[in-house]
This record gives sequence, structure tokens and C-alpha cells, in this order.
Amino acid sequence: MACRVEWILPELYQLLMILVLFLWSLGNSRWKPRVDAWIPWAAGLGFVVSLFSFGARGMLFADAYRIDALSQFFKAAIAFGFAVTVLNATRQQTIEARKKADYFLLLALSALGLMILASAVELLTVYLAMELSSYSLYALIPLRDREKGAAEAGIKYILFGAVATGLALYGFSYILASQHTSYLAELAGRDWSWAASPLAVVGLTLFLGGFFYKLALFPFHFWAPDVYQGASNETATYVSTLPKLGAIVLLIRLTSLLKPGLEITTILAVLAALSMTYGNLAALIQTDVKRILGYSTVAHAGYVIVALVAASTQGMAAAAFYAVAYLLMNLTCFWVVCRIAPDGRNVELDDLNGLHRRAPGLALILAVGAFALLGLPPTAGFMGKLFLLTSAWDHGYNWLVVVAALNTAVSLYYYLNMVRHAYTQDEPLRPAPALQPGAGFGLLWGGLLAVLVLAVGILPAPLFQAALKAGSAILP
Amino acid sequence: MAEYHFPLLTALIFFPLGACVVLFFLREPARVRVFTLAASLIELGLAIPLLGFDLGTSAFQFVEHHAWVPAWGLSYYLGVDGISILMIALTVALLPLCVLCSWRYIENRVKEFHFCLLFMTSACIGVFCALDFVLFYVFWEAMLVPMYLLIAVWGGPERRYASIKFFLYTLAGSTLLLVALIAFRIAGGTFSIPELMEKGFSVQLQTWAFLAMALAFAIKVPMFPLHTWLPAAHVEAPTAGSVLLASVLLKMGTYGFLRFCLPLTPVAAQHFAPMMIAFSLASIIYGGAVALGQTDMKKIIAYSSVGHMGFVTLGIFLFNLHGAQGALFQMLNHGITTGALFMMVGAIYERSHSRQVVDNLGLSSYLPAYIGFFGLFALSSFGFPGTNNFVGELLVLIGAFRSNPWIGAAAIPGAMLAAAYLLRLLQKLAWGEPSKARGWKDLNGREWSYLLPAAVFVLYIGLAPRIVFRIIDPSVEHLLAGFRTETALAMPACPKARAAGMVQGKTTDDPVKLSSIVRSPQGGM
Repeated sequence: MACRVEWILPELYQLLMILVLFLWSLGNSRWKPRVDAWIPWAAGLGFVVSLFSFGARGMLFADAYRIDALSQFFKAAIAFGFAVTVLNATRQQTIEARKKADYFLLLALSALGLMILASAVELLTVYLAMELSSYSLYALIPLRDREKGAAEAGIKYILFGAVATGLALYGFSYILASQHTSYLAELAGRDWSWAASPLAVVGLTLFLGGFFYKLALFPFHFWAPDVYQGASNETATYVSTLPKLGAIVLLIRLTSLLKPGLEITTILAVLAALSMTYGNLAALIQTDVKRILGYSTVAHAGYVIVALVAASTQGMAAAAFYAVAYLLMNLTCFWVVCRIAPDGRNVELDDLNGLHRRAPGLALILAVGAFALLGLPPTAGFMGKLFLLTSAWDHGYNWLVVVAALNTAVSLYYYLNMVRHAYTQDEPLRPAPALQPGAGFGLLWGGLLAVLVLAVGILPAPLFQAALKAGSAILP
Repeated sequence: MAEYHFPLLTALIFFPLGACVVLFFLREPARVRVFTLAASLIELGLAIPLLGFDLGTSAFQFVEHHAWVPAWGLSYYLGVDGISILMIALTVALLPLCVLCSWRYIENRVKEFHFCLLFMTSACIGVFCALDFVLFYVFWEAMLVPMYLLIAVWGGPERRYASIKFFLYTLAGSTLLLVALIAFRIAGGTFSIPELMEKGFSVQLQTWAFLAMALAFAIKVPMFPLHTWLPAAHVEAPTAGSVLLASVLLKMGTYGFLRFCLPLTPVAAQHFAPMMIAFSLASIIYGGAVALGQTDMKKIIAYSSVGHMGFVTLGIFLFNLHGAQGALFQMLNHGITTGALFMMVGAIYERSHSRQVVDNLGLSSYLPAYIGFFGLFALSSFGFPGTNNFVGELLVLIGAFRSNPWIGAAAIPGAMLAAAYLLRLLQKLAWGEPSKARGWKDLNGREWSYLLPAAVFVLYIGLAPRIVFRIIDPSVEHLLAGFRTETALAMPACPKARAAGMVQGKTTDDPVKLSSIVRSPQGGM
């Protein structure tokens, strides 16, 4: 079978970056230039490289690896998100300088796993890719100086992750036993109703559990707020954004198995409703900004599923679009969180007080991010939600659409709370850390993210066209 | 319809946004004020071509139609008709007045304040121009953030509570509006409002969609018992915020009823009309009665808004010509009169630093011009003959009596209550025992400049309402004609109508009774 290099250019580039980082992490640090001087540029170039192979199509590795519009769409999104998180992490204070190369090495490995996940169309490949991305995260989360909570978060993430992985493998064995194949393309042709093969339904449910863990969907969400709180702000930025993309792309691929009305689709719909309701309600009483964003993740995982239960091309496109919108708006919020805590502390709601005076630009960026997560126009969040809800209407899950819409009203309070603290309260209760020198850095890139959030909301057509192409790669 | 090549409505929407961007580069508060005033006057100038509005047609004019997200059927579709053009004119005209009345009142964060004002204006004009359902929703929601900030940042002592309440109520209402618009998209195949108006929808869809939309619009109006955010927001908001809230924001609710509920869900609207009329009457009486008991001037006017907007919704759900005309008249008049009253409260607040009636007694000998204006606006507010509100209120009452004498009779006490609380307020302000008013200066040039235009319109519309009739009549007649045909068409579909009844909780087994409900408010004209 013909294999052309440009098909897997993003993965190769990522691998190259990993090799260089590996070499960088070796030996004595004195004779080397600092890693954070070049890594953001290298990661930024990775995004450009991923755009080069945007149009590539093909099958590789005994048909286990599929290069199509969907995978390339998500690879570009992952490369973009990776570049932003790396840029964000260069100013990290809670990590020793000599560990930085290792830190970025692990980040890059995790992102590589997600890229492979975007193309994997065979369940074992899927499993391996998922593990590649998770293992590096297990090591990343405790990497935070002066914070005992980080170790706790790391252990929690490993334990939950191990259980979820075990469940997924267990489910995989059932699927293999009942459907006799591990290729998604063949699995799509099988009957997934309870009546035809209960074993397969159980297996798929368990297998999906592993991904719901990544996505932090209720009831697999318990780790999310604790891990976000324990991990450093920069690590939390990564954990809360990119692994979600991996989970969503896989769910989109698995959706080709789901038809509206199947038991498993209904399970998915119920989980989505529970997830968004629980996430939003739990976020209402949080005071730690990262925990708020953690629970908001749980809610957003539910929103994405709304598009998937419809199992239509539009639904896939809406989910892909929403994934990118979510990436942008969450990165925007976390960007501000990282900037206002240059000493790496956890940010409480009260720390946001008076932000409009200390840093009017950051306050505005935070407002854009928070209102986008809420789903107010004219932001990417609104357009994403509109596409999600429209695609799900009239496919038998109208109640889910209504629940999702009502959840917006619930979520208003905590998103607005962040803006309210930034804009209407005057003095922080504890002395705020001085904003680091080079505030222009935070404003420039944060402003760019905020502008992107607005631009995708006002002119969503180009991105949506790409998402639509990605969606029709699964269900033409 | 005359072809119009200059994208007038786009210019009206985006010019204030452009001015927002320029604001970023200005530093001194004085310059910010002058710049915003100049921008608002230019905006007013930009609106002059709207005078070319063709009075002879009910079609949408100044239409602009461009693709937005073609794959999802979204378009950038703007246009105005007789229902919306007055609201746009009102919004554009209020902007300079808002800048003027905040000249002294707003002292900190002046730039951000004017940023919010300009942003608000853009969004409000967008709401009234949008002919694409999603575009409408975008503007409808976009307006929440600047309004929230106006209250939360520049408001009174309880501003945090009031602003969150405002945001929560309005957003909670509009989430279901989003679902309704999605349902229309799937059932009707388009987001374009004029195209959706041509289509008929199943009674079941109409029922649910009507309830979802009515909730959103009733919160915005606000109708009793969803009105509780309004007094809080009004009292805490800065003067310009109150003016925008009363004059423009509340109108969006009634505009929504006219633009969406009547044309898209006529059968459901007719079915639920008794309920809406009952809530309107409750708003009229309740708003008036509560206003009578207030001691805070802003609260009196806020509750009077609840009552006045009750007249508007009453007029809309009578489904006859006089009712609808009166409703549109009241939308315009309430915008002028109540906006002016809020500006008057702001003006006296700059002198006494209190909105309590007892702190502002006996002004007639010290501030005769102020009391003169206040008297005019108060008389106008309770519908004194010769002022603008008289025309609107009379029309609604005629419509009500034509539809059903009991409805008319029930609304009369509301009109009397308005006279009672406003005359009482006026009497105290003018002739009460002066407590602190000695030495206050009468209106200055700036205050004259924002009160005089409002006074001119109060008298002009009151004495020569013909021009307003000529603008609104074609659209109102078209709206009602479409409404009648659609409800008449739906008549044979009684089983479906019964389903609608079941949704409401009662089983209408008797088709005769049902059709009599459906037919009864046809008496007008």
C-alpha cells in the first residue's frame, strides 16, 4: 500500500520535537540554551505543519490508521492547542528550570498520543493511543513545586485512570468476543441493539466508559475538579482542553455505530443530561476558579454528547465545531488564570476582585472567555451551542435539547460570578501577587485568543465548512 | 419598494461599534463625552434616510440580505417595517439624550460607560432590524452584557443584586426562545423570519413554541408575575441605564410578541389570549397599585412601567385594529415619556443626591422649569388628553371594549391608578414643604437640551398622531389580516386544537365551546 510522508506529517513533526526535547533533557543544563526560548516557536510551527497535511486522505498500517478530513481537522486543532499550552507553560514558576525540558517532553508525548487517537480506527490502536496520552499526564500532574495537593491530584488521576482503562479493556474483550472484529468500519455494520447482542452493548458501554473518563462525563468526572485544583495552573490548562479533543474525536467515530433509538444511544443521552446538570449545579458553589472551570468541563462534556446522539452528519460537524470552540474559550479562561497568578498559586474568586483596575485587558479577556463558555452571542460558544442544539432537534431527543438549553440558565451564575468579581468588586481580600513584568506578553496572546473566540462566533462559516467536511468523513 | 443601495441598517448597527473602537484611544473623560455625543449625533444623522420609508406598503424595506453560514442556513438579513421603524428611531434618538443626561452623573470609568452605551445601541438597533431568527437572537442576547455592566458597575448600593437578577431573569427566559427558534428551523426549513411567516405550523408545535417565546418576551416586557427584576434594576441603574431599560429594552418584549408570536403561532396565540389578557390586566392593576405605595421616585416610575406595558400587551392580545395600533402607540409613547421621567429623576438626583420623594419637596418656587417639565411628563404618563399617551391608551381601551366590555372595564381602574400616583407625586414635588430645595439651581442648558426634545414629541404625537398612524397602519393591517387567515384556516383542525387544550391542562371535549373561544375576539374593526 502506498504511504506518503505528507499524510502523517503532523505526527512526524511532533515525534521530531519529542526527540529533540528528549536530547535536551539529558545531561547538565549549563551549556544548553533554555528550552522555553524555542519550544513555543517549534510548537507553533507544528500547527502550520498540520495545516499542510490538512487535505491528506488515506489508510495506513493494515487499515488501522485512517487519514481523513476528521482526523486532519482534529490534528490541526490539537497542534494549535498544544502550541498555546506550551506558550502558556513557558512562564510557569512552579517547576524547576532543569525539569522544564522533561515537562515539555511529557506534554508533547501526550499530544502525540491524541494525534494518533484522531486517526485510530481500530480498537486496539485506539487503546494504545489513549494510553500514550494518559501515561505522560500521570507524570505531569504531580510536577508542581511547593504544593502537596499536586501529589494527591496525581495519585487520584492515576487511580481513576487505571480503573477507567481497566473498564475499557474489559469492555473491549466483550466487543471482540461478540462482534469478532476490532475494526470500527466493520463494527459499524453490526447490530448494536440489546436484543441482538447484549454482550456487545455491555462491552461498548464499558469501552465508552474509558473515554468518558477522559471527557470527564458524569459519573466519570470525580477526578476533574480535584486534579485541576491540585495540578499547576499550566498543567490544568492542558488537561482541561486537549484530552477532551481526543475523546470527542473518538466518540464521533464511534457514533457511526449508534443510531437514535438504540439503548446505548439512550444511555448516552441520559448521561449527557446528568453530566451537564450535575456539572452546572456543582460549579455554583465553588470558590476556586480552577474548580469552577473543572465542573464547567463536566457540563460541556454533556453538551457535546447532545450533538452525537443525533448520529447525523450535521451532528458530527456540530460536535467537531464545538470541540474547537471549547478549546478556544477554555484556553482563553485558563490563560487569564495563569497570568493573574504568576507565582503559580491557585486562584480564588476573591483574587479576581478589582481585576479591571489592576489589569483591564486581562479582565476583558476573561469576560470574553466566560461569556463564551456560557454561550452568549457573539462568541464561538454561542455558535457552537446553536449548531449542537439544531442538529439534535427532531431526532427523538428533544428533551435533551430542552435540558441543555435550560442548563445555560443555571450555568449563568458561576460564569457571571467570575466577571462580577473582576468588574464590580474593588479590593482583593488577600494581597494580589504583582503581575509579572512582560504583561504585554499576556495581553498580546490572550487578546489574540479572545479575538479568535469572537471571530469564530461572528464569522463561523469557514471553520464550520471544515467541520462539516470532517463530519461527512464519517457519515457521508 | 424603492431599491436602496447604501447599506443603511448595517451602517446604523455598526457605526456605534466603530465608535466604541475609537473610544479605546481616548483618555480624558471630557473628550470621551464630547466624542460620544458627536458620534451619537452622527448616528442620528445616519438615520435620516429612514425618512424615505415608504408609507404605502407593509413589506420590509431597506432590506439587506447576505449569506452568513450558508451550510446552516444562517443569513445576515435586515429590514424594517412599520412595526420596527419607530423603535429604531426611538433608540437612535435616545442615544444623545443618554449621553447628555450622564454628563455629570457618571464620574468614574467614563470611557467604559460610554463604551457600554454605544454597544447597547448597536445591539438594540440590531434586534429591531434583524429578519433572521438567529441574527435576532444574537442581538437580543448581546445586549445583556452591556446592560448588566451598566447596572453592576455604575449602579446604586444594591447594584450587584439587581444586576444579577436582571441577567438571570432575562437569560433564563431566552434559553427556551433558542429552543423555539431551533424547532421553527427544523419544521419550517429556514431561519428567515419573513419566510417563516408564510408557513403554517402544526398546532402542537405552535403551542409549545408560543409558550416558550411568550415566557422570554413576558419576562422582558415584564408582565406580572415575572416583573420583579424590573424595579430592582431600575432603581439601581444609573440614569442612562434606566432610560435605555425603560424606553428600549422593555419594548423588545412587546416587539417579540408582535413579530413572532402573532405571525408564527397564530392559533396558539389565540388559544392563550385569555391567559395573556388576564396577565396584562393583572400587570396594569398591580403595577398601579404598587406604584401608589412607593416613596422612591424611581420605584414609582418603575412600577408605572409595569402598568403601562400591561396596556401594550393587552392591546396586542385583543387581535383587533385598535388594540394593535394602541399597543404600538404605547410602545413609542412609553419610551418617550418614561424615558423623560427617568431623566428628570436623574436631574433632581444630581441636586439632592436622593431619590426619595421626601427629600425633593416643594420645588415649584425654586425650580419652576423643572416642575414645568415634570408636570408635562407626568400628565403625559397617565394619558392626559392632548399628550401622546392619551392617544395610545384610548385606542387600547376602545379595542378592549370592542372585544369584550368586561376587559375594558377591568382596565379602567389601572388608568385611574396612574393618575392617582402621578398626581400625588407631582403635588408633593411641586407644593410640598421645601426641605432642602432652597438654593438649588433650576435646569441648565444641558438639561434643557435633553428634556426639550422629549417634551416636543409628547405634545406633537399627542396633538397630531396622524403621522404615526400612517407609518404603522399598513404593517398592523397586514399583521392582523395574516393572523385572521391563519386562524380561520386552522378552524377545521379541531382535534389538533383540542391537543393544544390538553397541553394547557384541560380537556376540551366540547368542540363548540373551543371554537367559540377561538372565534370570539374577532369583533374589532
